[in-house]
Amino acid sequence: MSDSSRLNADRIRTLLETESDEIKENTRLFNAERYDAVDGVGADAHDRNRTRAREIKEEAIERLPDLIRRTRDAVEANGGTVYVADTAADANRYIRETLAEKDADSVVKSKSMTTEEIELNDALEAADLDVWETDLGEFVIQVAEEAPSHIVGPSLHKSREEITELFEREFDPDESLDSAQKLTAFAREFLGERIDDADVGITGANFVMAESGSIALVTNEGNARKCASIPDTHVAVAGIEKIIPSIDELEPFAELISRSATGQDIPQYLSILTPPVETPTIDFDREDEPAFGNGDADRDFHLVLVDNGRRRMRQDDDLRETLYCIRCGACANSCANFQSVGGHAFGGETYTGGIATGWEAGIEGLDVAEEFNDLCTGCSRCVNACPVKIDIPWINTVVRDRINRGKDPGFDDLLVDGLVPDEEASGTPLRKRFFGNFETVAKLGSATAPLSNVVAATGVARKAMETTLGIDTRRDLPTFERTTLREWAIDRDTTVEDPVRRVALYPDVYTNYVRTERGKAAVRVLEALGCEVVVPDVGGSGRAPLSQGMVATATEKAENVASSLLAYLEADYDVVVVEPSDLAMFRREYEKLLPAEQQERLADGSYEILEFVYGLLENGANPDALTAGDGEGVAYHSHCQQRTLGLESYTEAVLKRLGYDVLTSDVECCGMAGSFGYKSEYYELSMDVGEHLAEQFEGAVDERTVVASGTSCTEQLDALLSPGTRHPIELLDPVNPAGR
Amino acid sequence: MNASSTVVPSDEFESELADRIEIPAVGAELPFDGLSLSDAPVTLDPSPAQLREAVTGVTGSRLGIASLGTVAVESRPEGDEFVALYPEQHVVVVRERDIRADLSDAFGWIRSEFEAGRQSFILATGPSSTGDMGELVQGVHGPEHVHIVIVTDNE
Ligand code: SF4
Repeated sequence: MSDSSRLNADRIRTLLETESDEIKENTRLFNAERYDAVDGVGADAHDRNRTRAREIKEEAIERLPDLIRRTRDAVEANGGTVYVADTAADANRYIRETLAEKDADSVVKSKSMTTEEIELNDALEAADLDVWETDLGEFVIQVAEEAPSHIVGPSLHKSREEITELFEREFDPDESLDSAQKLTAFAREFLGERIDDADVGITGANFVMAESGSIALVTNEGNARKCASIPDTHVAVAGIEKIIPSIDELEPFAELISRSATGQDIPQYLSILTPPVETPTIDFDREDEPAFGNGDADRDFHLVLVDNGRRRMRQDDDLRETLYCIRCGACANSCANFQSVGGHAFGGETYTGGIATGWEAGIEGLDVAEEFNDLCTGCSRCVNACPVKIDIPWINTVVRDRINRGKDPGFDDLLVDGLVPDEEASGTPLRKRFFGNFETVAKLGSATAPLSNVVAATGVARKAMETTLGIDTRRDLPTFERTTLREWAIDRDTTVEDPVRRVALYPDVYTNYVRTERGKAAVRVLEALGCEVVVPDVGGSGRAPLSQGMVATATEKAENVASSLLAYLEADYDVVVVEPSDLAMFRREYEKLLPAEQQERLADGSYEILEFVYGLLENGANPDALTAGDGEGVAYHSHCQQRTLGLESYTEAVLKRLGYDVLTSDVECCGMAGSFGYKSEYYELSMDVGEHLAEQFEGAVDERTVVASGTSCTEQLDALLSPGTRHPIELLDPVNPAGR
Repeated sequence: MNASSTVVPSDEFESELADRIEIPAVGAELPFDGLSLSDAPVTLDPSPAQLREAVTGVTGSRLGIASLGTVAVESRPEGDEFVALYPEQHVVVVRERDIRADLSDAFGWIRSEFEAGRQSFILATGPSSTGDMGELVQGVHGPEHVHIVIVTDNE
């Protein structure tokens, strides 16, 4: 293992020990509440809002220069000032100068990720200003001198007890602050005085409306309202991407933002302000004078729009989508890895969670993104969570590819270049190329099985794999079959005369070389339901290289797959896929890798195996031809990408129809996603994530057969519970049913 | 949303309001004809000291959202924002006819307000709250209790 991955491993282990419990509890709660809130409003209504929000953002970023101009005109017409800052330093300088002109010496702030990004507090403190964060979570972090661990809940990683200890140590209060109520009361008191005394209030802006020069602030505490209305001078700091055309476009976001963030239908306070506001100024020096002290001060408003790399991101076809982000944190909450380690591992200098890679790559650079980019396993659970439909896994993949390509070629590159058939630049890390070329390994392993399996399992070989490739010795390796699925199928005569459908069963790498049983079961089930089945000669889908960020290699694989499978589709075959992650390639990722027409044809003509069986049964195929459940219990874990595609219900429906009693897991992910659990520095994290799944099934495994749709999930469940996890299709096998 | 509410005809408005107010109280004169705080036990145009000492703050809202329990706090020279924000109890007066069904209806209202040049208000839903101290606590920087008095037209 390299030094940097050793560091990573240590850091992850420490975070698992120290911050994981709090992060888990809080993110899973937010996530569960999000599901409930979406159910409450209705999935269709929610999705209409998402579509609309996405359109608005696409258009706004497209017209951004024009919208910036309009914003400036409107704010100035209202009597305020707009400053567009090119860099963080530029923004800080402007704000410092504005404060100096006001003779300000104290500032109160409400939560703003953009000011975290530009490190405004440091810049102000360096100029001898007194700066206080008034959002309670931010306040905790400020007192603790830590960085936020979550976009929405900056102090999510801290327990109540830790905050009590921190406050008692720092403030030495008269009575103990040993409850959330007491802590809150103390902070309210402490910060309330500072707000009343402050010269300037600084807020962020969740949305800026160009036409009227308004800003929208989304908060649950009253602090943003106070920061915006109590000091006479209000400075709002926002990224330029926060601009939408007008109040007309705010509605879908008002519907989406809190529901996605914390599962609230609406925030406690949605402030729509068009400064300078008509709320009178207040003068606490004239305590007893009516009319709020009869102050004669004028309100002053400054809007600081921060670029800091955003205009460059706008020109970048792959990073542009990042700018649609409304910072709700749903991608973090829905991420199984984030749920375990939180933003202090899964995040960069400022931003945390799934979208952090896009932000950090755009704002800070690839080196910062690299520190945590590998924590995205591409499971895609965040895709449906994101209120603006950002393809977050794709952004992570692209950045990974750029990181790979930016590496200097190393000593062993010549050797590796000769051995692997990929399209990658020299310098791509050896381990990535090993995992990315798993198909080659599988081919070789199968051709030399069973010897290859015996050799690979020896202590010497495992040790060597750990040192050179970082493959953890605690994880069982796949066992290659000597006879591949395809070879088995070629030797078979079809038994179906007058078929109802003709099927090309896609032999993904695992089904073909490793888990041939599930492929054989699929063939027999399809035949029993009246289909003619062929197993064509097609290579890997490109999933393995793609998850290593090897986009060029994945593209080449995609082209090969398309050229063989499209021929079958032309000849009126249906394509049926056993491994959900490969079907997800056809339906999702190939959009990025293939010409649109080819991708659409392939996506429309391909089905997941149980989805296809469901369709056959619905169209009159006879379920009696399959092995029935007779009330037998199964514990079913769907697969993350399969769930993102909305396919989980087909497997459930088929199993139920055949008389199985189905218990389905609802955890986001098994923790294996691809090759993740094999990697030494992530092994513990993978097991920690898996624990959540294991807990759900633990009580059930004695009475139920455990089934899982994905290869990775199967391997993880075998490691966590006891070996014997099957693919659901194996239960239905009329000849050789599993679990019997 | 954790806000309570009562419904009263306009001729009982003053007695209902008096029941809801814990003194000392401050208020911002109501933004509609026919209903006023002039006889209520509240201080209008309070001093900073009165604002800080008040237990109750009374404001009126020209918008209610039935499905959410939301009201509007407008930015007006009467100082609604301070009155609604400082005291631990916020009493809001809404006329029944100003209540919209849901957020989408409310946006219709917001758009017409924008056209009329009134462009600053807060959609407030229940008391201020935070989960940052380990569990949900109400009354962080804003009110801890919110009560909505819905006034119906006399038949
Ligand atoms: S990427 Fe999407 S889900 Fe993640 S924070 Fe941004 S808007 Fe929310």
